[in-house]
This record gives sequence, structure tokens and C-alpha cells, in this order.
Amino acid sequence: MLSKRIIPCLDVREGKTTKGIRFENNVEIGDPVEMAKFYYEAGADEIVFYDITASSDKRGIMIDVVRRVAEAIFIPFSVGGGIRTVEDMRAVLLAGAEKISVNSAAILNPDIISQGAKAFGNQCVVLGMDVKFVGKRPEIPSGYEMVINGGRKPMGIDALEWAQKAESLGAGEICLNSIDADGTQDGYEIPLTSLISSHVSIPVIASGGAGKPEHLLDVLTRGEADAALVASMVHYGAYSISEIKSFLHSHGVKVRTTW
Amino acid sequence: MIAIIDYDAGNLTSVARAITYLGYDNGVTRDVQQILAAERIIFPGVGAAGSAMASLKQLEIDAALREAFQRGTPILGICLGTQIILEYSEENQTPCVGLVPGAVRAFSPDIRDANGARLKIPQMGWNRISPQQEHPVLAGVKTSDEFYFVHGYYPDPSRPEHIVAKTAYGIDFASVIGYRNLIATQFHPEKSGRPGLAILDNFCHWTP
Repeated sequence: MLSKRIIPCLDVREGKTTKGIRFENNVEIGDPVEMAKFYYEAGADEIVFYDITASSDKRGIMIDVVRRVAEAIFIPFSVGGGIRTVEDMRAVLLAGAEKISVNSAAILNPDIISQGAKAFGNQCVVLGMDVKFVGKRPEIPSGYEMVINGGRKPMGIDALEWAQKAESLGAGEICLNSIDADGTQDGYEIPLTSLISSHVSIPVIASGGAGKPEHLLDVLTRGEADAALVASMVHYGAYSISEIKSFLHSHGVKVRTTW
Repeated sequence: MIAIIDYDAGNLTSVARAITYLGYDNGVTRDVQQILAAERIIFPGVGAAGSAMASLKQLEIDAALREAFQRGTPILGICLGTQIILEYSEENQTPCVGLVPGAVRAFSPDIRDANGARLKIPQMGWNRISPQQEHPVLAGVKTSDEFYFVHGYYPDPSRPEHIVAKTAYGIDFASVIGYRNLIATQFHPEKSGRPGLAILDNFCHWTP
């Protein structure tokens, strides 16, 4: 039986990790390679890096981070942020990442999903989704709308329709971030996660809102998520990966308990 | 030297990095002479069977693999590499290398777990293996150890004696195949933390 995955998310800007609260006021907290090693040894099932370096001339810094991470850890990791072309994908994958995630670039150019899937296989292509609850209306039948630019720009696209379209284009996994829950530490957005996960056949990683182990239990059961992203609750030492897993295990959720 | 076969089928750098980390001399190659001269061969791969076989044939690596297998060179298959050592894959209806009798089958779209919950395809994540026989390459693996899988198709060897370990994902499939000097894992040992590295280490000094 497959284990539910616990995935620390590291935001990286110009080669250093940060943790954004509602995408603003990022503060520097460390070296991404050291943090990746720490989480690898602590029992993380996978690691997500999100490159928030805005300018393309600094992309090389991230590629170097990816290369050094790949030499140090032997679990899968993905890289997102600023990936716009198949060549961007190739550079990150060749540097040693397992998967690349595309978010706003895929909304603006959905073909990037099928091009990436064709070139590297569906399993390499993660669709990152930033979603905001706006209420049901004719063009947003699920009530959840796709947004970009850290939640500032609504795109007029229904989140559920987009998830299903991306799956048909060849996305191998979805990383589903609720803009409303992100940074609150009040829990994942359960109805959104359950809605998307039950309507696609690819795995869904829940993101945004994790503050305590009960939140992970909720999203991995009621929310039907296959994996859960964690950030502040582990970065600042409130909980260890091992504590979270023990809690989930004791509540009947299958997790990887030896490493 | 350990030859890691490069045939345009995904990310081979992670396999090479793990072998280097373990301290073994290795090289990523598509050169048939180098492959035949290698002490050991790792045959990795991710992606689709159809394009992988087309590329193997074009590079004449399929014949080199058969020859190395006949000579007794230790061979480790990983993921897609484990699938296309069988005779046939349902993925793109592809005739494969055929070192081991059997086929590669697609997971049924409505597979369910023991509690009746619908399972996602591909299987993506960590799962256990149940050894069906002792094998030196699996030495030290504990029943609680988990390994990283990413696949929508699974190997189905025709002879039960070739199944070294099974994994449950809706069905019990062969997650480790062994036949003479060949051992092959559906999971990615290079991405499975300590237990995966232990399997790679075992392979690197396995004398079949």
C-alpha cells in the first residue's frame, strides 16, 4: 500500500531559502542544500524547491543549487518557479531534479505541459495551481478560480476545469495551493483539495495552511490528498517530520516510518 | 567500471550520482564497446516503452544487452529498464529486449486498495516490497523499508521463479525480478534513501 507523502517546501531566492508569509515579507533562513540534507535525514519523502528569483539572468544560481542538492540527497525533489520552456525544464532535470513544476507559464501557454510530458515523460511534469475561492458563477462553476502573480491576478479560469485539462495534456501530478489558506497555518482548504483530487486520476499534493499535524491528518483523509506540503510548521522547529509521521501513523494513515 | 546505459530515456545523472556517492567508478555511456567491456551494467530509464525501444535499437544497445547477459555480466535494471527487459510491453504495443520471459501490463484504471478506495495512476510514491525468495542484492532490506515508485505499467514475468519481490498496489505485482546475472527493480533505488542505496551497494559487489 502506498504511503502518504510529507513534503517540505523550500522557497529559494538567489540561492538562499526564504519562507514567504502570504508571499510577502520573505526572510532569509538558510542554505537550501543544508536544509535539503537536513530534511532528507529527518525522513521527508520528497522536497519541493520553489525558485522565486524573478529575473532570468539569475537562473544559473538555481541550477547550481539543484546540482548540489542532487549530490547530497537520495530522495525525489522537484523545482518550480520561472520555468517557461522545454529548455528550462531540461536544464533543471539534467541538473538532477526528478520533476519540474509549471504554474503561471502553463496557464499562459498550456502547450508547455504536453511538450514537457512528451520530452521527459508525464511523471516529470507537475502542474502547480494557485487557487482562490471566489464563489460559483457561470464562468467559474466550481467556485474556485485560477490566479497568478502570488494571488494578485485572477485569470477567469475554473480551477477544476483547469486541473482536468492539464491532466489530459499530460501533467503527472498536481501541486494544489490555496491562496486563501497559504501562510495562515489554520489548516489546508479541505473542500478544494477533495474536489480536485476526486476528479482527477493523477496524484494531488495539498499546499497552503499547514500549522499542526491535525491539519495533515485532515487533508490526507477527508481532503483525499496523496501528499501534503509543509513549510513554516517544520522550518521554524515547531514540529519535526518524524513527529508528524508518528501522529499520522497513530491515526491510521499509512506513512513511511523507516528511512 | 560500471556502465550506466544512456539511451535518451530520462534522467541518468541521479543514478550516476548515487553510484559515485557509494564510491564506485562509473560512466554514463551509449557506446556498445564500452557497455560490453564493463564489469557491471546499470540499465535505468523513465518515459515510454515505445520511444525507449526505438532508441535502443537505433543505438544497437538491445543486442549489446543480450550479449552482456549471455556472457554473465551483472546487470541491474531500474524502472523502465526493468520493464523493457521483458518480451513485450502493452505501452505503445512494443516488442522489447526479451531477456526475461513475460510482459509489461498497464494498471487497470479502476484499481482499488484493500479499503475499496480508488488508486491513482501512475503509482507515485513510497511502497514496501515483500521478498518471495532470498537474493544477495536485497540483503539487509527490512520488511518496513519503503522504496520510491513512479509507474503506470508493471512487469509481469511469466515464470514465478523470476519474481524476487512483490508489491501491492491494487494488485500484487513483481517489483523485483531476478534471473541469473540480472536483477531488476520497478522502483528507483537511487531515489529511495538509505534502503535504496543499500541495494545499489549490494549490486556493486554482487557475484552472480
